[in-house]
Amino acid sequence: MSEDYRSMWQNLGLDLVAHDALLGVLGKFYQDIYLAQKNRPAGMQYFDFVMSEVHGLRIRELLDEKKTGRKVIGTYCVFVPEEIALAGNATMVGLCAGADFAMEEVEKILPRNTCALIKSTFGFKLGKVCPYLEASDMIVGENTCDGKKKAYESLGSLVSNLYVMDIPQMKSAQGRALLKSEYRRFKEAIEKLTGVTIDGARLKQAIEIVNNKRKAIHRLSKLRQADPAPISGLDALLANQVFFYDNPQRFTDSVNKICDELEKRVEQKQGVFPAGTPRILMSGCPMAVPNWKLPWIVETSGAVIVGEESCVGERGTRNLVNASGNTLDELMEAIIDRYFQVDCAIFTPNPDRLKHVEEMVKAYKADGVIHYGLQFCQPYLMEAIPVAKALEDRNIPTLRIETDYGMEDVGQLKTRVEAFIEMLK
Amino acid sequence: MRCAGIDIGSRAIKLVVVENGTIGEHRQVDTGYNPMAAARKLLQGLAYDRILATGYGRGQFEVDFDAPTVTEIKAHAAGARFFFPEVATVMDIGGQDSKAIAMNAAGKVVKFEMNDRCAAGTGKFLEIMAKSLGFSLEQFASQALQAEKDIQVNSMCTVFAESEVTSLVARGEDRRNIALGLHKSVVRRAAGMLRRVSIEGPVVFSGGVAKNRCMQRLMEETLQQPILTAEDPQMTGALGAAMLAGCSA
Ligand code: SF4
Ligand code: SF4
Repeated sequence: MSEDYRSMWQNLGLDLVAHDALLGVLGKFYQDIYLAQKNRPAGMQYFDFVMSEVHGLRIRELLDEKKTGRKVIGTYCVFVPEEIALAGNATMVGLCAGADFAMEEVEKILPRNTCALIKSTFGFKLGKVCPYLEASDMIVGENTCDGKKKAYESLGSLVSNLYVMDIPQMKSAQGRALLKSEYRRFKEAIEKLTGVTIDGARLKQAIEIVNNKRKAIHRLSKLRQADPAPISGLDALLANQVFFYDNPQRFTDSVNKICDELEKRVEQKQGVFPAGTPRILMSGCPMAVPNWKLPWIVETSGAVIVGEESCVGERGTRNLVNASGNTLDELMEAIIDRYFQVDCAIFTPNPDRLKHVEEMVKAYKADGVIHYGLQFCQPYLMEAIPVAKALEDRNIPTLRIETDYGMEDVGQLKTRVEAFIEMLK
Repeated sequence: MRCAGIDIGSRAIKLVVVENGTIGEHRQVDTGYNPMAAARKLLQGLAYDRILATGYGRGQFEVDFDAPTVTEIKAHAAGARFFFPEVATVMDIGGQDSKAIAMNAAGKVVKFEMNDRCAAGTGKFLEIMAKSLGFSLEQFASQALQAEKDIQVNSMCTVFAESEVTSLVARGEDRRNIALGLHKSVVRRAAGMLRRVSIEGPVVFSGGVAKNRCMQRLMEETLQQPILTAEDPQMTGALGAAMLAGCSA
């Protein structure tokens, strides 16, 4: 990468040596996992480019935006409404946390038995390797699981711009009221940060932008219902991951372009794997860049992933915001309605998630479900047991995997995944 | 046609040849530090038409020998079925892992579970415990069978269990009783795994640890049903691979 990125990174306060190491690992990983795939759609070149410039060009764009007065909001959860940020002249980015980094430093601050996602969040901060984090004007933490909730208390001492959003735990009238007041408070915080007053017109426009982004992903998902699958699960996951930090309009256009190509593939019955390849639905914890371990194992073991019931996937992107209203109040209500449907395992009870998994199995014609839980993630690991049992009762084969970001268990995971796939044949 | 199955385990590589539905030659060698060299040696001078690999080293074998593979799960299921056509459930305890497998009447795997990453509850655990008691593997089982009572060893972690054993011996406890306690802890773990998967009989016990008579007896007591074991239970995976290699139509 060019010299002037280096000065950009330096100005952001990154540790250049550590950062080089991270980019080295990321590049190698991408090469081995992504570029090694066969029959990829030509449109994926866009994502190859995005990934190769993930800490370069995109950061430059954000910094250029900042020069014009725009603000950057970093987030860790799909409960933070992008529409409100956009309407307030701010760009939202998801701060990925998909790799172990600076673990010794992290374990001075967090207990060892904290999930890898949370540890990674801290590792990227302590290791000074995430330009998105450093470029953010506001970092939004949200009270979802206990791990995150408490970890934000510690993160607050490492960054100066942490904003904590409270999130309900029950889908009750009181829960909705809490979300409503928290979204209003968030709107005010954004307005204060950017100096822009969010009105109905601005919000409506922002809603449209984000809805279009979701629609493009919905279109992509629908094409994955075909057998043979026109795109690998790994590539579709990448699109879902890039959803969180690319320029929204450009992302929408690029995904739609891939969909045009995939439509032709489906017509011609062309796929990434032969027709009849066992089809897997992934369900569980979110997979942030570059956490590609399990999908890679699955797709090199003779199966194809046809959907993700995950926040980096359909749990995060399904349901549009109803954009028919015009006043600020109507549109805010529509936003709350949409987000309140997110069926994260931090809610109790959470029957909608199981229902959604079953719907997805049917829609994507999955032969089996792999439930992915990060080690030490109480909400999803706990939910995994009744979910797997319910699915098995309905004769949907299910494999529960509990893992982390380390590579030591790849051999063992491969055996379990392969045996599961053998079972589906 | 002669079909070979090779099971590349962490401790040993096993090889079985099947011809016209009967077991022909079988061989075994220590895996050592270079599994592929060991496999090559094992195959020396062996005539076969097809070969199928299983075990943790199957991926490397696939690359080096251009041979297809199956998982240990499927291989053990097929191997157990060869010995005992009625089998419904398999408990396999090998050198570094253990697995419980449930099959339907057609022999298809319907559910399975494997131990997690550590050596707890595997052959390796028993081996290290035998050593720390100063027994050979054979003595370990036979002495445990002579115990008057069992002394419970609480830790399943190999490292902690070892120090527990050392202090029990230092306290003057009868080594036979400790040996029985150790066997029981492995059986408890295996039975727990089986109960989560299935304990529908007939249950077949396979893998190297199935040769341990104390384990065999304790399994029967714990599950309250007869447990079937083949003569060479450590060959089950290789045999299953040979059966699946595609010779028997
Ligand atoms: S899983 Fe829950 S806490 Fe995590 S991103 Fe999704 S909604 Fe947020
Ligand atoms: S993976 Fe689980 S424990 Fe980790 S942040 Fe998400 S919900 Fe919390």
